[in-house]
Amino acid sequence: MPARNESFGKTIFVAVALCLVCSIVVSSAAVFLKDKQISNASLDKKRNILVAANLLKEDTDIEAAFANIEQKFVELSTGQFVTVENPETFNQRQAAKVKATSVTIEDDPARIARRSKIASVYLVRDQNKSNQIETIILPFHGKGLFSTMYGFIALKSDKQTIVGLKFYEQGETPGLGGEVENPNWLSIWNGKKLMSDDGKPALKIVKGVSKNEFEVDGLSGATMTTRGIQNMIDYWLSDQAFGLFLSTLDVNQPVTNKGDA
Amino acid sequence: MAIDKQELKSVLAKPLFDNNPIALQVLGVCSALAVTSKLETALVMCLALTVVIAFSNMLISLIRNQIPSSIRIIAQMVVIASLVILVDQLLKAYAFETAKQMSVFVGLIITNCIVMGRAEAYAMKNGPVMSFFDGLGNGLGYSVILIAVAVIRELFGSGTILGYTIFELVNNGGWYKPNGLLLLPPSAFFIIGLLIWAIRAWKPEQVEETN
Repeated sequence: MPARNESFGKTIFVAVALCLVCSIVVSSAAVFLKDKQISNASLDKKRNILVAANLLKEDTDIEAAFANIEQKFVELSTGQFVTVENPETFNQRQAAKVKATSVTIEDDPARIARRSKIASVYLVRDQNKSNQIETIILPFHGKGLFSTMYGFIALKSDKQTIVGLKFYEQGETPGLGGEVENPNWLSIWNGKKLMSDDGKPALKIVKGVSKNEFEVDGLSGATMTTRGIQNMIDYWLSDQAFGLFLSTLDVNQPVTNKGDA
Repeated sequence: MAIDKQELKSVLAKPLFDNNPIALQVLGVCSALAVTSKLETALVMCLALTVVIAFSNMLISLIRNQIPSSIRIIAQMVVIASLVILVDQLLKAYAFETAKQMSVFVGLIITNCIVMGRAEAYAMKNGPVMSFFDGLGNGLGYSVILIAVAVIRELFGSGTILGYTIFELVNNGGWYKPNGLLLLPPSAFFIIGLLIWAIRAWKPEQVEETN
């Protein structure tokens, strides 16, 4: 190795030049690929929502299927629709971390400590008759055994019957709790009822075989994970979260936003 | 610059079994534990690592005569890290689903000892073309082990290969009761250990001398 390489000037020169070249390469890659990455992330989210609502078949085009779904924002304390400034960039998870946009959860069955004041909801409208709301898709999350599980839950227009569930992020034990992503297990939720006829929360995840529409078979070997899901559903559909919105939502009315023209 | 055919063959073939980075040098094991529960993620990881190691070797070899030895390690790191970020960005843009499953492990190629080991041991002393092939050979050696581990883990842990069902699981109404241990990272330790045993039984010259 030539000795002049070891001089102070050469060392600084090589370090600066190398850093410059590398940073230009890295930052231009980030800039050029950004659009593609963002569209991937949003496509992924749309796919999860469609799966929850049972709208995704083998060869469905995601964008086309999603055209029938309308994203809305709800203020959870009032249950009313609101408009947010940048619907494209609204990030509920981020909002839950910031004091100004979130509230502390008092009684916290889902063990998530804080939640966003505003939540996004997705409404599927019947395209044929009267524009009625067919399916309501709500984001929900909560602690399982090891991880916070994030997912969507889809309800029929009666607000009582579950259409489907989908978890898009979880870190439970593979093969045990991780089976919450198993489509076979998720499909048994279809048609289950949340409340008994007298209006009390009735849905339970049970061990063994479910006997009626208020019971769902638990995952064997994943007691804590399924308990987490039970708590998530109990919390997010209670009056502390989406309960007020669900009880005031009129599925037959076209939705109007406060402040919308 | 003439390329010696003999030398080329040796840098490409040696790392596969004779001087395997995982099985003989026992480097890069952490990523081998993390991404091998499914064959698909293992394949993407192999591809990502092979690309990074081949090009980092080549680029470092190109500038090897300019790097002051006092900053050579950090200079190698800068090149490797830039390539890894590039690969990570490309995966997020073109293989989003897999990239999501691999989460941080693509980024952790930066700290994979195989990449830096080859840069320091080979690329700093040899020409860019041979360094490229040395990287390629070592990437392939890493891939051989990763793919073997992933096939075993996915087949016996989930009853599938690349997501296609081979053994129908009990959960889905079939006969196969999957081995849950294989889905957890420690199982890769056992499999790698068994593979090392198998390779050394086949090539006894790899067994370390004991006094």
